[in-house]
Amino acid sequence: MAQPLLQVRDLKVHFPVRTGGVVFGDYTALKAVDGISFDLKAGETLGVVGESGCGKSTLGRAVLQLVPATAGAVSWLGRDLTSQDKLEIKKCRQELQIVFQDPLASLDPRMTAGDIIAEPLRNFFPAMSGSERTAKVQDIMAKVGLLPQMINRYPHEFSGGQCQRIGIARAMILNPKLVVCDEPVSALDVSIRAQVINLLMELQRTFNLSLIFISHDLAVVRHISHRVMVLYLGKVMELAERESLYRAPRHPYTQALMAAVPIPDPDKERAKPRVILAGDPPSPLSPPSGCVFRTRCPKATDKCARDVPVLEVSSPSHEVACHHWRI
Amino acid sequence: MSILDIRNLNVRFATQDGEVSAVNDVSLSLTKGECLGIVGESGSGKSQTFMAAMGLLAANGRPTGEILFDGKNMIGADEDTLNSVRGDRMSMIFQDPMTSLTPHMKIGRQLGEVLIRHRNVSADEARAQSLAMLKRVQIPEAERRLDMYPHELSGGLRQRVMIAMALMCSPELIIADEPTTALDVTVQAQILDILRDVKDRLNTAVILITHDLGVIAGLADRVAVMYAGRIVEVGDVRSIFADPRHPYTRGLLACTPRLDAAGDGLMTTISGQPPNLQKLPTGCSFHPRCSYVVERCKAERPALESIAAGRAKACFVDVRAT
Repeated sequence: MAQPLLQVRDLKVHFPVRTGGVVFGDYTALKAVDGISFDLKAGETLGVVGESGCGKSTLGRAVLQLVPATAGAVSWLGRDLTSQDKLEIKKCRQELQIVFQDPLASLDPRMTAGDIIAEPLRNFFPAMSGSERTAKVQDIMAKVGLLPQMINRYPHEFSGGQCQRIGIARAMILNPKLVVCDEPVSALDVSIRAQVINLLMELQRTFNLSLIFISHDLAVVRHISHRVMVLYLGKVMELAERESLYRAPRHPYTQALMAAVPIPDPDKERAKPRVILAGDPPSPLSPPSGCVFRTRCPKATDKCARDVPVLEVSSPSHEVACHHWRI
Repeated sequence: MSILDIRNLNVRFATQDGEVSAVNDVSLSLTKGECLGIVGESGSGKSQTFMAAMGLLAANGRPTGEILFDGKNMIGADEDTLNSVRGDRMSMIFQDPMTSLTPHMKIGRQLGEVLIRHRNVSADEARAQSLAMLKRVQIPEAERRLDMYPHELSGGLRQRVMIAMALMCSPELIIADEPTTALDVTVQAQILDILRDVKDRLNTAVILITHDLGVIAGLADRVAVMYAGRIVEVGDVRSIFADPRHPYTRGLLACTPRLDAAGDGLMTTISGQPPNLQKLPTGCSFHPRCSYVVERCKAERPALESIAAGRAKACFVDVRAT
């Protein structure tokens, strides 16, 4: 098998949070990402799901070195990015891009669509002529479904879906190998969401692009991903091929998440068993001992409070971190 | 007997770029204990219809038509009349519980205020009833929460406080405007369960405004689909999902990703974008995005017409025949 594009090993991102003390302060580590490992191949989509505060966005940013890793390795084509200096990382950024959640807020309101999309070209190819740049911008605009004659308009003149297309065009103009999509469709209307997902899938096919697709929406993730990672309080609960995960989720958290997603069919939705998780996720500043999910888990035992479960292979290409996945 | 009866409601907003019609000729009614789901995308007028019912339109908004709550017209009613109904017999739950709770007021006082205002009870009595209501919406450690500020609670707990506040005076109608959109899916399931319980046990009528068809499927008895300020289809929830007759309803259902179906290949989409309310297309507002469009749709606007008992649609085409 070819070497994966991206290898993440035991990645940790801890943020110091002030928890008391007047003069010198006491700091506690907020473990946003706590020991995550995965591989990503060319042309593959890894879906990352979890609730607010599970560390999914931080994971995406740490892969791109937009937040510094506390520990662990992020190897891009065999080179560990966490040990490179800023200049080296900047060179890699040509191949590593990101699309953000809020389509309007992630675009500079005082720049035209053309300038926004062309900015990466200016950064990486300052010698490129203006006419060549414009040609490239118009070419990518057409590819993401924007009319090239809209090149001189400002972000506020576009709808939410179109703004997200501008964000995608900006990410795609350097022909990246990996794009991290951080909730790219959450702010969009239902009818527009499907259009943007199709666009991402088409771009992936055309350019053999790898995607890390971060979302809280399990139905959208099912559609776009090849493999799916379920996070809870900075840790991987389950990591599996899409069909394996959705047909037979093994982790109690994944099962609860899936049971909570409403199905747009009145008969199915009303007939399905109600597995309601009590309470909210605990504060990441003081996560529970042992398994972080045990405080809300219907299967929790004393062992869960004592021992941290490690990811174990439950079937080929399906890993789960639970002491009780067999029952 | 209907508790809310909206007849030919129009809502216009005066803006610098001219008048915007947010709601056009909307008629709806709701009986006691019924849950009516309102589906639509941003700008469809789904929120503004009911902001008008609550007398909460922005200052530049002007409603015309009739909104009869228990027979009394809410349009043109003075503040005193509105205030005697709002929070007492009709209350509202908003999308974002952080911005709809008063940040500098303790939870107990915010809840109690409703009773003191409408029921003229003592402060002690208000506190006791507030506590009971927090327990009813399953807030853990309810006693302690009474003395907390909104920012000390999680999003899910805040939304429960909002629901508790809406329920304080046992209203006959609750308008829930995207009540779970800002919440995580496991918390959404908890909140929907509470709303279901309220509807079943207290016989409260609920208007559930949302863009999420899954939420509608679980809770609503009837559904109205809105597009560009108009109702395009209305019917009971099972018929709407099993046999949608308007091309927009069909499109919405087809392009909703489903957890229970393996998605392979590209998703079904509705082409184009929701219309600009200031530059609405001629004829049927949906015609530029519609795959069933015929010449007539471009010139003439279809009226909302009955197609079966309790069902109506605004479309010239029989989508089943094509």
